[in-house]
Amino acid sequence: MATAQARLTEGGSRFELNQWWRRNQRKIAPYIFVAPFFIIFLIFGLYPIVYSFVLSFYKGFGFEQKTFFGLGNYIHLFQDARYGKAVLNTTEYAAGSLFILSPLALLVALAINSVYVRWKGLYKTGLFFPVITSGVIIAIIFGRVLDQQYGLLNILLGWFGIPAVGWLSNAPFVMPAYIIMGIWTWLGINALYWLAGLNGINKEYYEAASIDGANQWSSFLYITLPMLRPIMLFVAIQAIIGSYNLFEAPFLLTQGGPSDASMTLTLYIYTQGFQNFNVGYASAIAYSMTVLLLVLSLLNIRLFGWKGAGE
Amino acid sequence: MADVNIAVQEEAPHRAVRTTSATPRRAGFMVGSVLVNVILLILVVLTIVPFLYMMLGAFKHNTEIFGTPITFFPKNPTFENMTALLNNFPFVRWALNTVVVAVVGSAFSVLLSSLAGFAFAKYEFRFKNVLFMLMLATLLIPNQVLLVPQFQVIRELHWFNTYEALIIPRAVGAFGIFLMRQYTVNLPSELLDAARVDGATEFGIWWRIVLPLVRPGLAVLAILSFTGLWNDFLWPLIVTNDTSMFVLNLGLGALVGPYDYQYGILLSGALLASLPVIIIFLIFQRQFIDGFIQGAFKG
Repeated sequence: MATAQARLTEGGSRFELNQWWRRNQRKIAPYIFVAPFFIIFLIFGLYPIVYSFVLSFYKGFGFEQKTFFGLGNYIHLFQDARYGKAVLNTTEYAAGSLFILSPLALLVALAINSVYVRWKGLYKTGLFFPVITSGVIIAIIFGRVLDQQYGLLNILLGWFGIPAVGWLSNAPFVMPAYIIMGIWTWLGINALYWLAGLNGINKEYYEAASIDGANQWSSFLYITLPMLRPIMLFVAIQAIIGSYNLFEAPFLLTQGGPSDASMTLTLYIYTQGFQNFNVGYASAIAYSMTVLLLVLSLLNIRLFGWKGAGE
Repeated sequence: MADVNIAVQEEAPHRAVRTTSATPRRAGFMVGSVLVNVILLILVVLTIVPFLYMMLGAFKHNTEIFGTPITFFPKNPTFENMTALLNNFPFVRWALNTVVVAVVGSAFSVLLSSLAGFAFAKYEFRFKNVLFMLMLATLLIPNQVLLVPQFQVIRELHWFNTYEALIIPRAVGAFGIFLMRQYTVNLPSELLDAARVDGATEFGIWWRIVLPLVRPGLAVLAILSFTGLWNDFLWPLIVTNDTSMFVLNLGLGALVGPYDYQYGILLSGALLASLPVIIIFLIFQRQFIDGFIQGAFKG
């Protein structure tokens, strides 16, 4: 065997290899096809996850000078007032998305879906615009909208006799200002999510209900709402997870201020990790945020049920 | 798509029934119609006005932006903001960087996602299900968690301030693969087998048969990737600090604050930076809206 192989010319062995590849490529090809994703994930996903976890038990400046700190970073989370503020502010923003934006988007979807509206595409396109706009440009736009003296929002409120509000300079108003910005940004896409849900409801239910003498309100209450449950779960999870991405506007317009009133979790990770080079603590914040997001997602599933979660 | 069509088809008779049976209530229908359309129009106006204010503000003198009464249309339209932006900042370089990152990045994303999606859709191999679940699980990881260690990886690779850093880590993601698998899974396997009988290689099958057939999916993914890369801010902020490697968002972001007193420059930058995506959106509205919906539900 060995001598036979040794006698093969180089061209022959290449021919052998070719033959072997022809016979086996169907078995090997899929691994090669999925390899780029898994290689990139290994380097920029899995390794960072593990490394971040290790880092979260260390203390020190930058990546080089660090000492083991045990659970110190995690214990510090509970004593750190800025972290507390970041959690509160982010939660406030998430609550705004969940309890103001999402129901408003449902109303918009119901309106667009109603028999009264002929040019549905016009409204869909008109409301969709902000979704394709970058957070930086939205921040630049809202720098003008939220300005106390020359801002569009205060002009609008002025028409109704409401005095000018220092949206970006007055601590209690900063997060509400960003919630308004969030509603402006995400109303269109959320309405589209609800619309997709509404289109999925079998029209026969409504016909049967109207034969039974149900009015529009009870059709909505007993058919539309229950049938929207899977979408509800989805919209709620999107709203919460999306809320934790709030970064550009607080970073650029208010730098987390005034007095940490617009400090968000992502901004705090950035501040600790890339401005203070407190990489261990930044990792601990990041991990606490992951746990928080998982808890919120699980809570959602408990509230709305598992149904449709996997669809 | 099919759902929407069915909905539209069923709507027509529905409406006919309603109008004939509700003749006495036609006035009520009119009132409802006006009310609903007016409210929706107000919402559309509220959405678009800040946008238009930004676009028009780009052509206003700063004294007009910071002056009362506040104007919507520029009194004396000027290009001074544009010229100041182009003369004082490497705006063209930022634009080129953004184009390179968005175009090359979405090309990678489309090709690599389709390749992997093809593998998951049309092959049987060991660990396929495990790998597929593992891939989907990566969607649950919040990006922010990885920022700090990813920065360290970029540094160890000596990729800081490079296109590699801006492109490679985001070249292929679970969502894109999942999307492309959905588009590939319904292709007839007989077609692929026939090509195999004709002696096509597996790679050749993907390149010559699968890719042309999944073009609608490629379009959706290309749009989503392009928009995502064009609009991203946090990742470029982490991996670049040399102004010549800035993407548009980063360059504009650096002007917010220090150049607030010349807001016209910021607004003209915002106008120029948002224009390409807006134009693409207006051309491919359908794919955009379908894409974002699919992106959300399948991802």
